[in-house]
Amino acid sequence: MNDPFALWVYLSSTPLLWLTVTLCVWVGADWLARKSGRNPLVNPVLVSIIAVGVVLLVTGTPYARYFEGAQFVHFLLGPAIVAIAVPLVTNRKIVMENLLPLLGALLAGSVTAIVSVVLLGRLFGLPPDVLLAMVPKSVTAGVAMGIAEQIGGSPSLTAVLVVLTGVTGAVLVTPIMNALKITDYAARGFSVGLASHGIGTARAFAVDPVAGTFAGIAMGLNAVLTSVLAPVLASWMV
Amino acid sequence: MIAILALLLACQLGGEILARSLALPMPGPVVGLILLAVVLLAWVHRRPDLKGTLLDKVSTFLVGGLGLLFVPTGVGVVQQLGLLGDYGVGIVLTLVVSAVLTMLATVGAFLAVKRWTGKRP
Repeated sequence: MNDPFALWVYLSSTPLLWLTVTLCVWVGADWLARKSGRNPLVNPVLVSIIAVGVVLLVTGTPYARYFEGAQFVHFLLGPAIVAIAVPLVTNRKIVMENLLPLLGALLAGSVTAIVSVVLLGRLFGLPPDVLLAMVPKSVTAGVAMGIAEQIGGSPSLTAVLVVLTGVTGAVLVTPIMNALKITDYAARGFSVGLASHGIGTARAFAVDPVAGTFAGIAMGLNAVLTSVLAPVLASWMV
Repeated sequence: MIAILALLLACQLGGEILARSLALPMPGPVVGLILLAVVLLAWVHRRPDLKGTLLDKVSTFLVGGLGLLFVPTGVGVVQQLGLLGDYGVGIVLTLVVSAVLTMLATVGAFLAVKRWTGKRP
């Protein structure tokens, strides 16, 4: 295969190329994030999505073909959620000490996430099908897509909204909590995990291990509570 | 290493089976999380320290690299560029304000309940 075009046609149709691109872009984005001193604006998820997105648009590669390679990374979301049990158990003492605040915050946050997004979306004139896709936006991707399907929203749109929400929370949490002079890392972590699921949790782990643990707990619990609340609230509000 | 992956996947599979067959309102991986937590709680009862084990390392790796796992889904934004062109500003404003409100409500409730329960230990 001496023709570079033929080589490209071959490679661009294999999972190998897009899996490698995803991992290499991530390594670069993570390096940038570390170089910036974990500046919240240099979020590795956001940087990676933009970089890979541009590559796909420039090369005219359909998303479905990209996903054939990237699905191997995507698959690990499930085991990664299961693995949150480990920090949960190792930190069980501090979790039990904060059990009541944690449950109160879960309820307040989960309801706020759903109600605020529907009301704001209506205020900004978004159509009902977008509103439905927005309802589970604070829940981790795989779960949110399931909820969207259940309430009649588009799962693929939900997936994008979930990631946008995740990046937003991960970028804003540190400046907001510092401005409010909140130094309780359990509370800080829990709030970003609840609002911004796995991407917020990754940010929290980058800042502080206790914050990360509470973010992981919030992500897990909010996935459960939103699964229960979303169908009820969506049928009332949308 | 393989045993750890097998354990995580087995918990996820068990969670998926339970969630579907009992029609639980929770997603399979979350039920799997609960299953693994139960197993680990029984384990730490006998051997108190989980820190530094291979399971601890693998899960730290997975949970710590969580951001990467969202990249394939997030890149799906290239399919929604038309919709974002029509409603982009409204969507972004809605998501940003809602995320801020959600964080404020959560952190406020956390600290309020903590203060309230802390007074009467």
